[in-house]
Amino acid sequence: MEFFIEIFPIIMEGVWVTIKVSTVGALVALAVAVVAGSARASNSKMLRTIAGIYVEVFRGTSALVQMFWIYFVLPLPPFNLSLTAFQAGALALGLNVGAYMAEVVRGGINAVDKGQIEASIALNMTPMLRLRRVILPQALVRILPPVGNLLIDLLKLSSLVSLITLSDMTLHAFQLRPRHFSKTPQIFIMLLLLYFILTRPITWGIRWIENKRQWA
Amino acid sequence: MNFDWNFVQEFMPDLLEGLKVTVSAALVSFVFAAIVGLIFALLRRSSNPWIKKPIDALVEFVRSTPLLVQLYFFFYVLPLYGVKLPAFTVGVIGLGLHYSSYMSEVYRAGIDAIGRGQWEASRALNFTMKDTWARIILPQAIPPMIPVLGNYLIAMFKETPQLAAITVLEMLQRAKNVGAYTFRYLEPITMVGLLFFIISYPAALLVQRLEARYAK
Repeated sequence: MEFFIEIFPIIMEGVWVTIKVSTVGALVALAVAVVAGSARASNSKMLRTIAGIYVEVFRGTSALVQMFWIYFVLPLPPFNLSLTAFQAGALALGLNVGAYMAEVVRGGINAVDKGQIEASIALNMTPMLRLRRVILPQALVRILPPVGNLLIDLLKLSSLVSLITLSDMTLHAFQLRPRHFSKTPQIFIMLLLLYFILTRPITWGIRWIENKRQWA
Repeated sequence: MNFDWNFVQEFMPDLLEGLKVTVSAALVSFVFAAIVGLIFALLRRSSNPWIKKPIDALVEFVRSTPLLVQLYFFFYVLPLYGVKLPAFTVGVIGLGLHYSSYMSEVYRAGIDAIGRGQWEASRALNFTMKDTWARIILPQAIPPMIPVLGNYLIAMFKETPQLAAITVLEMLQRAKNVGAYTFRYLEPITMVGLLFFIISYPAALLVQRLEARYAK
C-alpha cells in the first residue's frame, strides 16, 4: 500500500498526458467520422470513393503501423513534416478510430426510416425542425452506443503513444519498473486499474443511453 | 528521395519472415481466444453467483484495459513467479485472453438469441441436455457468430504489431530495425502497412459475404 502511495504521483503525471492525447484524438476522430461518414452516405460518387479509400486504408492497416508511419516516415523526405510525439499520437489515434466511426455514422444516417422523413414533410415541419426533432434523435440514439465503444477503444489504444516516446501513464509506469524491479506486479496492476477507472464514465454513459432507448 | 524498389527487394525477405510470425501469432491467439471465450461464456451462464459474478468482472476488466499493458503485465510479471515463457507464447496468451473477453460476449449473444420455445420444445420432445445443445441450440447459434468471429480474427491480426513491445520479432519490429540500420523508414514501414492491407482487406470482404449469407 505504501508503495502505491509512493508511485501514485509519478504515474499521475502520465494520466494527464493520456487524457489529453485521448481527448484530442477523440475530437479528431469525431470530426473525421462526421465528414467521412456523411460523404459515404452521400449521393456523390466522387465523395463516396474518396471517403471509402480513407476508411478502407485506415481500417485495413494496423493502428500501430499508422502511428509509426506518421511519427517516423513523415519527418523524412519527400514529406519533411515533423510532428511532435503528441501530435503524431493524437493524429494517428484520431484517423484510425475515425475510420471505424465513419462507418457507424454512415449506418446511423442510412438507418433512419424514409417514412419518418416523408411524414415530417407531410406534417409541414421546417427542414431544421425535421432534422432536430426527427432525424437526429433517431440517428444519435443508434450511433451513440457504438461511438462510445470506439471511444473506449481509443482510450485503450492511447497506450501505444508510449511506443513513440510520449510520456503517457504507460511510459511513466514502464520507466518505474527498472528502479522497483520486485514491485513490477504492483506497478502494472495500478496502471491497469487507472485505465479501468478512466473507461468507466464512457461505459456508464453507454449503458445510460441504452436504457433510455429501451424505454423510448 | 523517392520510393526505392531496389531497397524494398533487399529487406523484403526479412519482412516476409516477420509476416509468418505475425500470421501464426494471430491464428494461434484466435484459437486460444475462441476456446477461453467459450469457457467464459458458459461460466457466465451459471446460476451460481460465486461463479458468474467474478467472471463477469474479469471479462469487463480485461475489455476495459489496454492490450499493450496486459502484454507488459504477463511479460514482466510471470518471470518473477518463476514462469519463464518465450515472448511469442506470452504474446499469444495476452492477445488471446484480451480477445476471449470480446468473444465470450459473441457466444453469449448468440446463445441468448435462440428463442425459449426451442428449449421448451426440446424438453417436450424429451431430448437430453447434451442433445439439446448439440442438435438444437448450437446448430442455430453458431452460423450467425461466424462472421463476427471472422471480424475478430482480422482485428487480432492487426493488433499483432503490439507484440513488438515485448520483443517478438514480428513484421513491424523488423521494419523498424531495417529503418534503424539504414535511416530509411519510408519503404519498410509503408511495406508493412501494405502487407497488412493486402491480407486484411480481402479477408474483410470475405466476412462481408459471409454476413450476407448468414443474415438470411
